[in-house]
Amino acid sequence: MANTHTLIYSSTAGSGGTSSFDFTSIPSTYTDLLLKISIRSSSSVGTYDPVKIKINGSATNITVRDIYATGSSVGSEAPGSTDANIISYSSNSANTSNAFGSLEIYISNYASTSYAKSISADGVSETNGAGAILTLTSSLWNSTSAINAVNIGPYLGGSTWAQYSTASLYGIKNS
Amino acid sequence: MTRPTRIEINCTTGVESIIELTDAEIAQMETERIVYEARRAEETAAAEALAALKTSAKAKLVAGTPLTEAEAATLVI
Repeated sequence: MANTHTLIYSSTAGSGGTSSFDFTSIPSTYTDLLLKISIRSSSSVGTYDPVKIKINGSATNITVRDIYATGSSVGSEAPGSTDANIISYSSNSANTSNAFGSLEIYISNYASTSYAKSISADGVSETNGAGAILTLTSSLWNSTSAINAVNIGPYLGGSTWAQYSTASLYGIKNS
Repeated sequence: MTRPTRIEINCTTGVESIIELTDAEIAQMETERIVYEARRAEETAAAEALAALKTSAKAKLVAGTPLTEAEAATLVI
């Protein structure tokens, strides 16, 4: 990895899993942020689970548009205002045992106090069979506040990220 | 029943904490689940309705019988 990438912190869920990974008090000393995530939801509703993102503890001011591909269809979607913070999809407990989805989230100019922040994501759920999904997501956090906290959680009530799910936050400098 | 927890990482201090969810956070997750499942159900119903219209339109074309406006709309780009 380029030497402009600095690991800020990496966390792995222990036994019992976790309802979310909350990165708080993120230093403002980088240009961009990159999250690399390996996750599996405890839910077995459907064949994959939505992944939600919260910025500075809030799900508001976020809009999302994604293109997706499954084993049988392709399409595009823009979740409604009430669930607009779905950034991608993860594997769940209906998938192949111990299969984890992969997700990267890139946040540009996160520390700016002058303009809104663009967020892009590239994610895939994993399973050895039908039901996996790949998404490319473009998102906007329409606020001029600096981002100092990012929360990644499963969308379905009662779900958790399974044991060994991991989230790593990197700071990226442009020089 | 074990109360759900979340992992909070203070990126300045490097302190990682495991924190129990509040009642409000649990209630919010349940609300979000209901909204998501309702939207998914609507999308599934719409996709199934469109597929049924296409099947009907194809059968009527083969049989040479008139299509409804909704069936014709599935054939016109």
